[in-house]
Amino acid sequence: MRSSDRTEGDFRADARDALALAVAVGVVGVSFGALAAAAGVPTPLTVAMSLLVFAGGAQFLAVAVVAAGGSPVAAVAGALLLNVRHLPFGLAIAGVVGDRWPAKVLGAHILIDESVAFSRARGSGGRARRAYWTSGLLLFTFWNCGAALGVLAGSAVPDPGVFGVDAAFPAALLALLLPSLRQADARRVGIAAAVIAVATTPFLAPGLPVLAGLLGLGTTGKLPRPRKAA
Amino acid sequence: MTWAAVLSLAAGTYLIRLSGLLLRGRVNVPARVERYLDLGATALLLALVAASTFTQDGGFAGWARPVGVVVGAVAAWLKVPFVLVVILAAGTTALLRLVGVA
Repeated sequence: MRSSDRTEGDFRADARDALALAVAVGVVGVSFGALAAAAGVPTPLTVAMSLLVFAGGAQFLAVAVVAAGGSPVAAVAGALLLNVRHLPFGLAIAGVVGDRWPAKVLGAHILIDESVAFSRARGSGGRARRAYWTSGLLLFTFWNCGAALGVLAGSAVPDPGVFGVDAAFPAALLALLLPSLRQADARRVGIAAAVIAVATTPFLAPGLPVLAGLLGLGTTGKLPRPRKAA
Repeated sequence: MTWAAVLSLAAGTYLIRLSGLLLRGRVNVPARVERYLDLGATALLLALVAASTFTQDGGFAGWARPVGVVVGAVAAWLKVPFVLVVILAAGTTALLRLVGVA
């Protein structure tokens, strides 16, 4: 009884946290829909893109490239480069997403920065798995409802910068990362990665600076010793 | 934007996501390598945090955003509930922009 009460309480707390982030994601989704409509992207394409791609940064980049007169091929290539980081994310949290292939096939679609950060902040057990699916599905819902709303509202949508949502995402990710930064090697790797990403941004194509952050792993010297799971 | 572009972007993104999950299931990874994969995720997430805090379109993002992120980070450090961290970060940046800070 007591342990199931606790599980229920954890789940509610995690769902509430995920909802806070989902609201911010929804606001950005609205602005994506409005921007795509302003750039002349047909409504069915905008809606399909949000549903099928479900990667904010990549969607904004693709629409911006085409709106600036770039070719669709360049738009797709640039956007995919931005999403390459999801591969190492998948390697790191495969065990949390699910054990059987139907879970992986479905879970792959909601593998985004926020769902990865959310589940990692909840360890590696059952709570992490519920956190992954809860945050992923909530964010998916809010992102797509937001995008559809943005298309409808069009030019009536204000710049999301007015609400400061662009500060909400890095702050939220950082808050989710704090527990894992208690370990010295993670802290070293993370600080190096952050410095590398910012320093290389003026020189590299979008997406590459974040991938270059992987070079921060060099600060561990050799392969690290295993730690007990949190 | 064309249907071909949207569908290939969707397929490519999905395959990137799925391949990480499936590769990990096929290979039996020693504990040390597992720790390395975990550190890799930390590296990527912090790189993302730093880049999206300070940069925009290849240049500096302006002061309003990093100040908001720092306020949120300090709040998180002080164990303020996550929902408030998000609101404090966004609110600070919004307020700064309201008074004219880019």
